[in-house]
Amino acid sequence: MTTEIGLWGVPLAIIGGTLRGSVPFLFVSLGECLTEKSGKINLGLEGTLLTGAMSAYAIAYKTGSPWLGVLVAGLAGMALGFIHAWLSQQPKVNDIAVGIAMIIFGSGIAFFLGKPFIQPSAPQLPTFELGAWSNLPPVQSALKISPLLLLGLALAPLMQWFFTSTRWGLYVRAVGDSPDAARAMGISINRVRMLSIVAGSFLAGIGGAYLSLYYPGSWSERISSGQGLMAVALVIFARWNPIQCMYAALLFGGAQAIGPALQSVGVNSYYYLFNASPYILTLAIMIITCSPKKTLSGAPGALGSS
Amino acid sequence: MLYGNNWRSLLEAILIPLAALIFSLVLFGGFCAIAGANPFEVYGSIYKAAFGSWYSFQNTLIRAAPLMLSSLCTALPARLGLVIIGNEGALVVGGLGAVATGLALSSAPPTIIQIGMALGGMLCGGLWIGAVGALRHYRAVNETISSLLLNYIAIALLNQLVEGPMRDPTSLNKPSSYPIPDIAMLGKIPGSSIVHYGLIYGIIACAIAYFLIQRTTFGFAARTAGGNVRAAKIAGLPVGKLTMAICFLGGSCAGLAGMVEVAAVHGRANESLNAGYGYGGILVAFIARHNPLAASLVSILLGGILASGGILQRSHNLPDATVLVFQGLVFLVILFSDSLYGKFSIFKQPAPSTTIPAVSDGVAG
Repeated sequence: MTTEIGLWGVPLAIIGGTLRGSVPFLFVSLGECLTEKSGKINLGLEGTLLTGAMSAYAIAYKTGSPWLGVLVAGLAGMALGFIHAWLSQQPKVNDIAVGIAMIIFGSGIAFFLGKPFIQPSAPQLPTFELGAWSNLPPVQSALKISPLLLLGLALAPLMQWFFTSTRWGLYVRAVGDSPDAARAMGISINRVRMLSIVAGSFLAGIGGAYLSLYYPGSWSERISSGQGLMAVALVIFARWNPIQCMYAALLFGGAQAIGPALQSVGVNSYYYLFNASPYILTLAIMIITCSPKKTLSGAPGALGSS
Repeated sequence: MLYGNNWRSLLEAILIPLAALIFSLVLFGGFCAIAGANPFEVYGSIYKAAFGSWYSFQNTLIRAAPLMLSSLCTALPARLGLVIIGNEGALVVGGLGAVATGLALSSAPPTIIQIGMALGGMLCGGLWIGAVGALRHYRAVNETISSLLLNYIAIALLNQLVEGPMRDPTSLNKPSSYPIPDIAMLGKIPGSSIVHYGLIYGIIACAIAYFLIQRTTFGFAARTAGGNVRAAKIAGLPVGKLTMAICFLGGSCAGLAGMVEVAAVHGRANESLNAGYGYGGILVAFIARHNPLAASLVSILLGGILASGGILQRSHNLPDATVLVFQGLVFLVILFSDSLYGKFSIFKQPAPSTTIPAVSDGVAG
């Protein structure tokens, strides 16, 4: 069937891959955006993503309800987020180092508890078949959309509204930009950061649930290939703006789809390098957007300093 | 008085990490108990597998060698205030560089091949992390993220090369490069059946790194810049050059670890290079508080824990990720222990103001 549409299969596969592959980036980057807005970096979202993926799969398999799995994935993410938030706010403790430790700890927990769930198959999340109008199977498969994609796309403007128009959004921004001013306003910095990190980890856990319950749709130890880490770079690229996080997530999802799309039409050379394109893209974007002359516009003032 | 102060702070620097290690062992025991294993039997097995016999200790030392080298990739730049976690990538690239050099020199005498491989590995690893330093200096790219991304790129490069241009057609189920000549493999240390010279490389590298940081002007400049970049710039220190030089040195150590893995263990480059020694090295560097001498000891400890992964699986029915959980616990507890420095009055030098007035009072009276 691929031959019928010939090379049109490549852009189609990239569109389909973008719609499928960008969802974890979307959730993790929104979670990281919320976390960093409060002035702390959470590098450990890679571990959160893996733990979310594992717990969602395990719960969906045990209970038969994938949506319950999504919820538990978020809760598991919150548990890890709590550890990160508590530890990174201790005096003299560096949040980046805690993030590295949380990557090791989170992936350790995920692999430890997830060992029995590598073989069995869990019920998957439902899909919306937006391609039903077409009788070409590649079009149909490219336009299968997960409800979580729509949820994520709705969440981005919602988070933007939260930051700009709500009292709590103002608190988060104040704590992230100028902790002293926030303290003078009578805001508890610890509490705001704790809530922001825990809520951000909830979102990252849901991103993990998407990995194991929708695409690729099974639990294995290689399920997340650095998406949690790329979120940190993605948020810098998006200038700490939730709407731009959404665009960046779509861009990264698309970059991830290039390798498999080319392979589907028989271009096999440089397969591994094409698969590395999200990392290369991230690095290139960081090289272009960062500057030694000035701090990045939009960066929370207290990020990395306290 | 200065001597007494040193003595107390040295005790603090030893006791706090030690207590953290013991506390994480207790936490890990609780974790094992929840998972249904007897914690004391688990401790016993780890000890037996890591240090129980000469053979098992040798097994530990084999794992400690690449850990020592790769930990320097985090520890050296950390003295300049950089958090670099590209150890795995530098190790992989160093292994590739070593294999490429070894294959290119394959008709030369073994010593020349070995020197060439070591230099090739160090150069590749050094340039890999040196690039991170350059990006940091010239473009202000966050070194933690860029080095992490380079890990994934290095692994993709490894897979691409061993499946493509460097592939040995006889390696079927595990694509590998052509093997380096057997005669050029690193030998075993006298008195040992399995420990290779890579361990000596590791110990020497840690000693040199310690000397470099603590006893040279270069190290002093690096530590100054690590303490306060602005002050270092005002003092006229070439911060950019220091950044790139120390990143290059750290990367070349991790690259040497890759060379050791290739030239002493695998004999060729394949995905076994990517065995987690890079990530283990990060943990070692943090536990050792970026002190290269302490890093060599901590590497032996972590090497022992890694060596016990198999026995935990076989005799306690714990999955192999148990070791990863343990590493994560140790890392978290060690980081928490950072907040404890200066909190215990027992480690504090008694304030001089309490004794001096007493003496002068006595004189006056």
